[in-house]
Amino acid sequence: MTKHLMSGNEAIARGAYEAGVKVCSAYPGTPSTEIFESLPQYKDSLYCEWAPNEKVATEVAYGAAIGGARSICAMKHVGLNVAADPMFTAAYNGINRGFVIVTADDPSMHSSQNEQDNRYYAKFAKIALIEPSDSQECKDFLKEAYYISEHFDMPVLYRTTTRVSHSKSLVTFGEREEAEPFTYTRNNPKFNCSPANAYRNHAKVEKNLAALREYSNRCPLNRVEMKGSKVGVISASIAYLYAKDVFPEDTSFLKLGLTNPLPMDLIRDFASKVEKLYVIEELEPFMEEQIKAAGIACTGKELVSNMYELNPQRLKEMLFGEKPETKDLPVKAGSRPPTLCPGCPHRGFFYTLGKQKNTVIAGDIGCYTLGANAPLNATDTCVCMGGGFTIAHGMSKAFAMTGQEKKIFGVVGDSTFFHSGMTGAAEIIYNKGRVIPCVLDNHITGMTGHQDNPGSGYNLQGEVASAIIIEDVLHAYGYKNVIVVDPQDLTAMQKAVDDALASEVPAAIVSRRPCLLIKRIKHDIGQCVVDTDKCIGCKKCLSVGCPAVMIKDKKSCIDPNQCVGCTVCAQVCPVGAISRKEK
Amino acid sequence: MKSKSAILVGVGGQGAILTAKVLVNGLMKAGYDVKMSEVHGMSQRGGSVSTQVHWGEKVYSPVIGSGAADLMVAFEKMEAVRYANFLKPDGIAVINDYSIPSATVAAGLETYPEGCLEAMEENFKCYTLDAAKIAMDLGSAKCMNIVLFGAMTKALELDDIDWEEIIRETVPPKFLELNLAAYRAGRAAAE
Repeated sequence: MTKHLMSGNEAIARGAYEAGVKVCSAYPGTPSTEIFESLPQYKDSLYCEWAPNEKVATEVAYGAAIGGARSICAMKHVGLNVAADPMFTAAYNGINRGFVIVTADDPSMHSSQNEQDNRYYAKFAKIALIEPSDSQECKDFLKEAYYISEHFDMPVLYRTTTRVSHSKSLVTFGEREEAEPFTYTRNNPKFNCSPANAYRNHAKVEKNLAALREYSNRCPLNRVEMKGSKVGVISASIAYLYAKDVFPEDTSFLKLGLTNPLPMDLIRDFASKVEKLYVIEELEPFMEEQIKAAGIACTGKELVSNMYELNPQRLKEMLFGEKPETKDLPVKAGSRPPTLCPGCPHRGFFYTLGKQKNTVIAGDIGCYTLGANAPLNATDTCVCMGGGFTIAHGMSKAFAMTGQEKKIFGVVGDSTFFHSGMTGAAEIIYNKGRVIPCVLDNHITGMTGHQDNPGSGYNLQGEVASAIIIEDVLHAYGYKNVIVVDPQDLTAMQKAVDDALASEVPAAIVSRRPCLLIKRIKHDIGQCVVDTDKCIGCKKCLSVGCPAVMIKDKKSCIDPNQCVGCTVCAQVCPVGAISRKEK
Repeated sequence: MKSKSAILVGVGGQGAILTAKVLVNGLMKAGYDVKMSEVHGMSQRGGSVSTQVHWGEKVYSPVIGSGAADLMVAFEKMEAVRYANFLKPDGIAVINDYSIPSATVAAGLETYPEGCLEAMEENFKCYTLDAAKIAMDLGSAKCMNIVLFGAMTKALELDDIDWEEIIRETVPPKFLELNLAAYRAGRAAAE
């Protein structure tokens, strides 16, 4: 049998194909993004799309499950906060065909603002939770997920972590299996969540959950690996693989794939067969607390931290006090923070805004989060998708109520504008805000690795799509003065800021230049060079924070391998020592 | 056999992930169970990156922690120092004698640390090579990662694997000759 080396995300896409899924919707977010990047290869068998946000994606997938097709949506852990509303109601209503919600959690916050443990969402919403450990399971467990969804009439939460999603391991393929055909007819008591229906549906949810709890004890995703009777380990997800590396050969394991509801009979039976029981899980004591509440003695979080991701060596140290042997070097590595790329259109925007006096700038989530870093030091806050506009609005109201005079800008990207920036833009107009909303339109969802969005003109399947014009949206909302500017032209950028601040009608800024990494656009690439005779070594060029610009022998020096000739550094040079030549 | 681990470290965009894939292809062909771990997202924007490969008859964890790597390949020398604690005390390091100043160094907020190579060489068995220069001499800076790959295969001593065959299968035909030359030069540099 051929084995394929696949990431967990690629394997989930393959699993969706094999499980007969027909409708797929997602919003990109690390570490979940590659699931949907891998789906278009199966587009003869399924429909897949990028939605404007996670709530929309979940609603689309749920609508498809009502309509009669197996469906899937995917998001990063914080995306499920956005999508929680439809998930909770879908749990009460139930489905017509299988519905899976993938949440990719990010322990250690490799690319996230928190390390929330989304397993609690399954318990909270009263739905099944499935956790694969490796790529083969990422693919295989999906079939069982659709069985559970359809058999117990509920959405299934399918949880990975960064290491499950991004690690690669070997996968054997199976065949695609189609779901039983379904013909849609109206079923109002089931799918219309009016209070009277919801009242009845809650009882149904409890009944289905009780049936699933009973089934969990014989679910094939939960398995006992009986070796010795001294030590037993209950584990799931990536933590199971770490525990397998760390515990001695004669350790018995209860490996769980279905983790809500927990198979308590199976757990009790396993616990009775071992002298010492451990529960090994990453992040919170989700399983341990329930197992202890059931009166079963076990050891877990008193030894294993609930913070940051685990690995075998960390686990070994926490469990057995075995410190790994390492060598201490007399040299320490300096920091290497992520930075805006050379030629990034956001640079000119943040350089200009960062210089404004008495100004507050609320930022948002995307590449432009990096506008907070030195030397640009532009933004004050970054909270959540869409928060760039509304946090700014709230601050402006606080300043007004407390007598603080400030100029206030709210910043979101193009994808974030469509995600949840539009409601904030409406809020500012509606409630007479004194914020200048700015959209950094680089024509792509950048930080997650270049996904299309409603403004980019293409869809996930690579087809030309209708591109929504951001300034038209803002104008329709009531921003009578929408200034569209090329942020790479620092003079124009400064004028846009001055004009917006002086505007007597509501003003907004659209800072527009496509990301240089977009392959389908032909970019005007050049190269900047320093005339060292003219250079006075004032280091002003370093203030734009470009990784291609540095100081060598007390003069400015531009790395030809990195420079793309954007000229932002040349525009700030007080003596005209930097010029652009064609490449 | 006991399972083995390698960690490939560098700066986003240097090709560490691609190099790890060539390694994994060879290990798969030799019949090993292989797991590989990488992190995407924020780290791609000029940040520090690491990829881990774990192989053996049967392997569980795709990631390793401190003091667990048998081999390190560092595409940049400050990154070798950053990840040195991942190496076993008797681990081997293949180090590119090449520096990329971080944005904070370029902006003059920090200085690039002195003595990275010396510190590594005093503590570990090291193969140090100027892969950038070797690659440029062969005609393209772009094959620097395969030069390092060649040196790595020497350090690994997995001599039953036909690495040239793996490169043939992995690299587009247009760049095959260049990459084979890069592989051989890297291997020779580690002699």
